[in-house]
Amino acid sequence: MSALLNVSDLNAWYGESHILHGVNMHVTEGETVCILGRNGMGKTTTLRSIMGLVRKRTGAITFAGQDVMAMPLHRTARAGLGFVPEERGIFASLSVDENLMLPPVVAPGGMTLDEIFQLFPNLLERRNSPGTKLSGGEQQMLAMARILRTGARCLLLDEPTEGLAPVIIDAIGAVLRELKSRGMTVVLVEQNFRFASKVADRFYVMDHGVMTHEFPVGELDARMGMLQETLGV
Amino acid sequence: MIFGIPLQAFLGQLLVGLINGSFYALLSLGLAVIFGLLRVINFAHGAQYMLGAFVAFLALKFLGVPYWGALVVAPLVVGAVGALIERTLLSRLYDLDHLYGMLFTFGLALAIEGSFRWYFGASGQPYATPKALTGVFNLGFMVLPIYRAWVIVASLVVCLAVWALIEKTRLGATLRAATENPSLVQSFGINVPMLLTLTYALGAGLAALAGVLAAPIYQVSPLMGSNIIIVVFAVVVVGGMGSIMGAIVTGYLLGIAEGLTKVFYPEASNIVIFVIMAIVLILRPAGLFGKEG
Ligand SMILES: Nc1ncnc2c1ncn2[C@@H]1O[C@H](COP(=O)(O)OP(=O)(O)O)[C@@H](O)[C@H]1O
Ligand SMILES: [Mg+2]
Repeated sequence: MSALLNVSDLNAWYGESHILHGVNMHVTEGETVCILGRNGMGKTTTLRSIMGLVRKRTGAITFAGQDVMAMPLHRTARAGLGFVPEERGIFASLSVDENLMLPPVVAPGGMTLDEIFQLFPNLLERRNSPGTKLSGGEQQMLAMARILRTGARCLLLDEPTEGLAPVIIDAIGAVLRELKSRGMTVVLVEQNFRFASKVADRFYVMDHGVMTHEFPVGELDARMGMLQETLGV
Repeated sequence: MIFGIPLQAFLGQLLVGLINGSFYALLSLGLAVIFGLLRVINFAHGAQYMLGAFVAFLALKFLGVPYWGALVVAPLVVGAVGALIERTLLSRLYDLDHLYGMLFTFGLALAIEGSFRWYFGASGQPYATPKALTGVFNLGFMVLPIYRAWVIVASLVVCLAVWALIEKTRLGATLRAATENPSLVQSFGINVPMLLTLTYALGAGLAALAGVLAAPIYQVSPLMGSNIIIVVFAVVVVGGMGSIMGAIVTGYLLGIAEGLTKVFYPEASNIVIFVIMAIVLILRPAGLFGKEG
């Protein structure tokens, strides 16, 4: 079966600094794939390069059979990729509602507002407050919710649990399991290894701009030694 | 009598101040809209104001387009020219230091004003007040030329409409978001480069509209823009870059301040706005409505 998202020999640069050195990865439809790796190894850069936010890149990226590399930035979302950035990217000059409605619907099959408020009840209460008056957890939920509305087929999720309290992390885990049951494809970047082991089907380990290991969740215990060494957990 | 000044003179200058303030508000609004999204200080704004007046003048002279038609046609023409310039030239500078955008628009202003001056000469051409707006309202305590009342009302309506567009609509929310983080907004599937082009066209169109409104009052001359734009930049500095409501309110307030200075201390009326600018810069460098830091 051919993959929904295929990345091969991806190199990427910020100005003169060469960050990604030939990333290879694939994601099958409906799968939740997690990229592990220490700080500064290139996980965020990988997601930003797939999305087209990093423009200086070589290699091949295809999504649903389309060549994503050739698209201008505003076409990637229309192809079905949705990006939830590490810093969440909630707009201060927009209300919660305006933040939620900002990304245009790109395909049918996205969540309705009712479904979104069922999944994220906090957002309903705070619809009219300014985006940045939300707590960190609520901002993360808003950043995910606004993409789920659009009908994106694949979610690029960058460290959703970073800096959040355990109850909120559990809530986000529940959301990810709900998404999986709906058939959503997810590429998750995580440092929280325990969290990732509960939601991911397959793992990549990233080190200095390349994927060094790949294994399914079933092999997690057998890989503990290697993970402790490369991640320093 | 107010403070020993005849009421007539006081109200007369208040009116002159409001008229000038109407133009300051329209022009600084356009500058603020452009700066907010493009981060370019549009030095061509005065030239675009002048172009608006000239389009009205030439359209009447050669095509018989009346004032009311010019109010629509001139902003469209100047907006389209602005869009073309942004698309083909200005957009190439976004990756460089913002200084280049400023220098480019400054050079553009010199080129446009220079060619008009060469072709039309420096003297002003009269533009007749439209028939429906000639005459005066006699308010008892003063006479108010109808055209001047119209300018104040039209400017207020346009300023509030643009404010509502940006603060209250979905398109406005997209504009505000793109002001904060353009690449993230583009990654949502929104054509931000197109948004930048339209925004520049909107700013240029607003300047042109102000130019048409100004034509019957100030005459049509190649240097009309460079005379007013210096004051408008001072208005923008006082109001604070990037605040829409700030640009509008400051425009009217400084126009009125200038008018009233003419009553109380005429010698200072030409510099009062710059004195206020200096004081604001010392006490509140981000401007009255700007965000600190
Ligand atoms: N905007 C940038 N400009 C220059 N270097 C950057 C930029 N963003 C990240 N980097 C560098 O790229 C490398 C990879 O960063 P990143 O992809 O954010 O890592 P991770 O997400 O795995 O922590 C780091 O060395 C980081 O310093
Ligand atoms: Mg990161």
